[in-house]
This record gives sequence, C-alpha cells and structure tokens, in this order.
Amino acid sequence: MPDHIVKAYDLDIQSLKTMLAEMGGLAEEQLHNAIIALTKRDVTLADLVIVRDEKLDQLERQIEEKAILTIAKRQPMALDLREIMVAIRVAGDIERIGDLAKNTAKRTHAITEPLPRRLSPGLTRMGQMAQAQLKNILDAYSHGDDVKALAVWRADEDLDALYNSIFRELLTYMMEDPRNIGLCTHLLFGAKNLERIGDHTTNIAENTYYLVHGKTIGEDRPKKDVTAMMSTSDLK
Amino acid sequence: MNQMSTARATESNTQMVGERTTRISARKVNIYYGEKHAIKDLSIEIPDRSVSAFIGPSGCGKSTFLRAINRMNDTIEGCRLTGEVRLDDKNIYDKDVDVVQLRSHVGMVFQKPNPFPKSIFENVAYGPRIHGLAKNKTDLEEMVVASLKKAGLFEEVKDRLDAPGTGLSGGQQQRLCIARAIAVNPEVILMDEPCSALDPIATARIEELIDELRQNYCIVIVTHSMQQAARVSQLTAFFHLGTLVETGDTNSMFTNPRDKRTQDYITGRFG
Repeated sequence: MPDHIVKAYDLDIQSLKTMLAEMGGLAEEQLHNAIIALTKRDVTLADLVIVRDEKLDQLERQIEEKAILTIAKRQPMALDLREIMVAIRVAGDIERIGDLAKNTAKRTHAITEPLPRRLSPGLTRMGQMAQAQLKNILDAYSHGDDVKALAVWRADEDLDALYNSIFRELLTYMMEDPRNIGLCTHLLFGAKNLERIGDHTTNIAENTYYLVHGKTIGEDRPKKDVTAMMSTSDLK
Repeated sequence: MNQMSTARATESNTQMVGERTTRISARKVNIYYGEKHAIKDLSIEIPDRSVSAFIGPSGCGKSTFLRAINRMNDTIEGCRLTGEVRLDDKNIYDKDVDVVQLRSHVGMVFQKPNPFPKSIFENVAYGPRIHGLAKNKTDLEEMVVASLKKAGLFEEVKDRLDAPGTGLSGGQQQRLCIARAIAVNPEVILMDEPCSALDPIATARIEELIDELRQNYCIVIVTHSMQQAARVSQLTAFFHLGTLVETGDTNSMFTNPRDKRTQDYITGRFG
C-alpha cells in the first residue's frame, strides 16, 4: 500500500498502531503475571498486575481520542476507515482482557489455602492456552494475517473444552467437601476469566478478518462452553 | 422525440440494475477530442430514481462522459463519439434525435450557478415557454411555483419573483438553476460539481434537495468530494485515465472497493 499524499495522515495511523502494539504487549504481560500470581499465590505479583491495569485503561482512552480525531480530520475511507474502526474495537477488547487479568490476580488475595494438586495443572494449562491465543491474535492483527486470525478463532473451542473440564472438576471438589467451596469459587471465576479472555481474542480475530476483507466471517464460531447448562446431576 | 416516449412506455424491455430499472445505458463508448482519446470503451448502466456519482481525479473523463449524456460535447469542435448512449431504449446519438428535445429530457446543472440575467420567475419560465409546455399564463405560473417548490427555493423567494435571479446568494442561485432544469419535466438531471462553488450550508441544502429529487428523477452527479459521493449517491463509478475502473453500490465502494486504483484514490494515496 503506497503512502498517503498527506504524510501526517500516515503518521496518525502509525501512531494508532504503535499504541495498540504497546497495549497488546502490556496485556500479554498482565495475563502472564496474573496466572503466575494465582497459581503460585504470589500476592506481590498480584498487586503489580492490579496497579498496572491503569496503564491499559489510559492507552485505550488515548487510542480512542486519536481515532476520533483522525476520523474528524481525515474523513477516512475504505481500508483506512476499517483500520481506524478496528483499532477502536481491538483496543476495547484488549482493555477488557486487562480487566479480566486484573480480576484473576485480585483473587490471589482471597485464596489462603494451597491449590488442590490435581487441579493446578489444568488451570496452568488453561492459562498457557489463553496466553498463546492472545499472543497469536495480536501477531495476526498487527500483520493483517487473516489465516492466522481464523486459526485463533477456531482454536477457542479447545479453551472452551478445557474450561468445561475444570468446571466439572471444581464442582466435584465442592461436592466432596463444602470447605472447598470458598477456594473453588474463586478458582472457578479465575477459569471463567480465562475463558472470557479467549472470547475477546475471537473478537479480535473477527475484526482482523474484517480489516483484511472488508466483510465479516461468514460462519458461526464453533463453541464448546456448555457450563451454562451444566448442573451437579451431570457429574455422575 | 416521439420514439423516445414510445420506448419509455415499453416496460418489457427495461433492464434492472440491482433493484432499479435502467434509465441510461452506455455501450462501448469512446470519446475523442481530436487526437486525444478521452473515454475508452466505456459501458455502464445508470439506474432510474437514484443518484449515481462519478468520481475520479481531474482529467479522468468523468465530466466528458457526463456531458455526452445530453450531447453537450456536440458543440466542441473535434469531439467525436463512437458507441451508443441509450436513454431508455433510444440511442441519443441516432440521426433522428432532436438535440433540443433531448436536453429537455436530460437537464443539466453546472459547477457555477449560471442564472439568466432575468427575473427569478423568467429563469424558471424560460424552459416551459420555449418548449410550449404551458397552455396559458396561469398554467405557466403554476409550473414555475411547482418547480421552485421542488427545488426548495419557493419559500425564500415567493415575495420577490420579479427580482433578478443573479441577485440571489450562490446557494439560492444553484437551486434556481435546479428549478430551471426541472421545470421542463426531465427524466434525467446531470450535475457537474454542483456544490463546488458553495459554502457548507448551501451544500447541505443542495444535498438534501438531491436526496428528495431522486424519488422522481434519475440523477447523475460528478463530484470531487468523496464524502459527498458517499452521502448522496446509491451507485458510484470510479473513472481513471479515461477508463471506467469500477462501478458499484456506494456503500461497499467506500468501505471495501474491489480495485486497488479505487482504493488508492478514495483513501488519498494518489490524485
């Protein structure tokens, strides 16, 4: 794509991309630290995650302001218009991912007892998967790679499947011993947060596809999260 | 222009462009100014009761083609055209076509408002009078009032119809020219950058008017403002170096054009 005749227009769009890259990098780090904080019960790291979330909010506001100003000044068309609209939406998704990471980290404070040994690998695995999804989608978005974006979009199914099994496991622990309920509820929310982060990565995937093709993905996303329909009687 | 009226009545022959019937159909049109090949092998279907916008950089041929639709180029020496431009089913370049009659069917509004140095009333009455459209004075008055109303100008000038048209503001003059164009009951209104000499308020009024007029007319507009094309038209055609590069539904044209040249032009990457 050749440069705009007005050079400042290229700078406007470039600065949006730079801020988004910074936001994405920070969100990845936040998620990484939140998972370690929760699984290792590291409250110092958890506090760091909580404090740094403010930076993500700030970046989102800056991106929004820059995008609105660019629309007002340049009246973008076609690819430029999609680029700017998608930047606003992606910034929104990354900000939400940051909130979910922060919420996960916060729960570290509420957990006093060690994690059930059998459960810990599942959560760690889910955390790794969510991180990989986030990393891949940020790469796909910054390179305008629709194939990679679609792969992320489809792979969310695996995260859902893992969430289902963790959900079932946590329910089992709670049924086994009511003293587990406090811990397991927090872990359940932690797992739910990771599952929601996965959903946000699929939003970014859909927006990346739209950015490249100018149309939406023409199929429904495969979904495997069935926990909304699950009761304790399903565990037998 | 009897043949044209007959052709207009033959509904069975009408083609559809999307949901709309075709009013103007150009086939393999080439236009030359002497040696210069200004329009190359252009074919397009222009729908009725909608606004079609021609966009493209200066010298791309969009105005040349617009002027070909009511044979305005006939007066330019050394200008010749091959191919067909059909209004309904009649080729307007056929030998038996009366150009004066044609122009009453295909009106034109120019870049700079050009009212006659006559009263507001006379500006609008001129067309119906020379074409003998009014039965009597009352009839003519009704036509003038109706045209001024359609052009959204009547309320502003009703108390001074005898004042000179040139005394109006730029935007009012342009609406007067539109009233003059529609007074002879055209089917098609061609507009060559109708707002480029107007301020944003007057421009908004004209755009609002265009939107109303499209209920009853086939409107073709040449504009340098991409935003204007996006706002007022349903169909957009992009011209480049005498070629029609891409034609399409306006909404998709400005969000997702198919051709790279269109993309580069509308996003301000070459001009």
